[in-house]
Amino acid sequence: MLRACAPSLAAMAAVLGLAAAPALAQPDEDELVINGETEIVTETEAPDHMEYLDTIYSGWRFRADETQALEMDDFDNPAMIFVDEAADVWNTVEGAAGESCASCHGDVSTFEGLTASMPKVDEDGELVVMEDLINECRTERMEADAWKWSGIDMQSMIALIGVQSRGMPMNVAIDGPAAPFWEQGKEMYYTRYGQLELSCANCHEDNYGYMIRADHLSQGQINGFPTYRLKQATLISRHNRFRGCIRDTRAETFAEGSDAFRALELYVASRGNGLSVETPAVRN
Amino acid sequence: MAEGVRPRVKVPRSASAGEAITIKTLISHKMESGQRKDSDGNVIPRSIINRFTCAFNGETVIDVTLEPAISTNPYFEFDATVPESGEFQFTWYDDDGSVYEEAKSIEVA
Repeated sequence: MLRACAPSLAAMAAVLGLAAAPALAQPDEDELVINGETEIVTETEAPDHMEYLDTIYSGWRFRADETQALEMDDFDNPAMIFVDEAADVWNTVEGAAGESCASCHGDVSTFEGLTASMPKVDEDGELVVMEDLINECRTERMEADAWKWSGIDMQSMIALIGVQSRGMPMNVAIDGPAAPFWEQGKEMYYTRYGQLELSCANCHEDNYGYMIRADHLSQGQINGFPTYRLKQATLISRHNRFRGCIRDTRAETFAEGSDAFRALELYVASRGNGLSVETPAVRN
Repeated sequence: MAEGVRPRVKVPRSASAGEAITIKTLISHKMESGQRKDSDGNVIPRSIINRFTCAFNGETVIDVTLEPAISTNPYFEFDATVPESGEFQFTWYDDDGSVYEEAKSIEVA
């Protein structure tokens, strides 16, 4: 593996004296309870398959107190406006077949637990993520138009379904039929991309907790996606975030909804096995 | 009525007499400023919530004028002293003449 070849960002930061603020070199000690009732696991033992980390942390632990507070109460969480809109769409008939989500699935609470196990391999042996399931329903059963991958209607619906599993531990399967996809995702995670030659691991495994310019690096967990990002003031999809990170390495990125990103999503989700589903999280 | 408008209010269910409670309100609204142009260069007409009021048992708590520079989904958080049991009435006034109302009652023990 190439990881040992280049001096790590941490070493460079230390040489430059950038790591002089020890308080920021770690996740904080705050505990996340949403609405005073839903306890969220933001720190736990790393799953067995992870070789280089002992403890995994939710990205919430790396954010400032003001940002953290927005996620602790649904009234303050700006993402909940989108969740409410999706709840209306859930009951709205659309498409030639005259169906709504509700006419087949009943109440959205029947999807409790689904998000914690996504992505997964379907009966046809294909790796599917939530966007695939929703668009399959829309095009085949509702006979409506497919939604755009990172469109707000798509991500709002994913957030609505995700809220049903909030607080449950992430638990995606990585063995059996999922194994080859998981291996592909892992390969991507440790591959250096772009002119900057950075892999996901360079930042989110080797250097989480440090500052990367003005940003406090997290472990890059996706248990809180779709996430409301303050700088974009909207819900951000997992693949949008992957694309953004790879773009920042100055590489040609993969497309949202590509098989490569599905595999990466499976691998990154599996790195969060044990953390609570936090959807919809609030980040900066 | 503008699309997707939904008022939300959070008021504690109970308080002690004379206690200052925190009220949070949010209304989803696009708050179109009237300064922007569409892709053809035409001005998109202004469409905002221009006034927000809160009253307790008919007595004004706050009365706010909103201006076009206020962002989408305006959020207000303020404190109010509650002398007795009663009802908070919240009212938002839209440029298009719509009025959105919400009410929450509070029990003073």
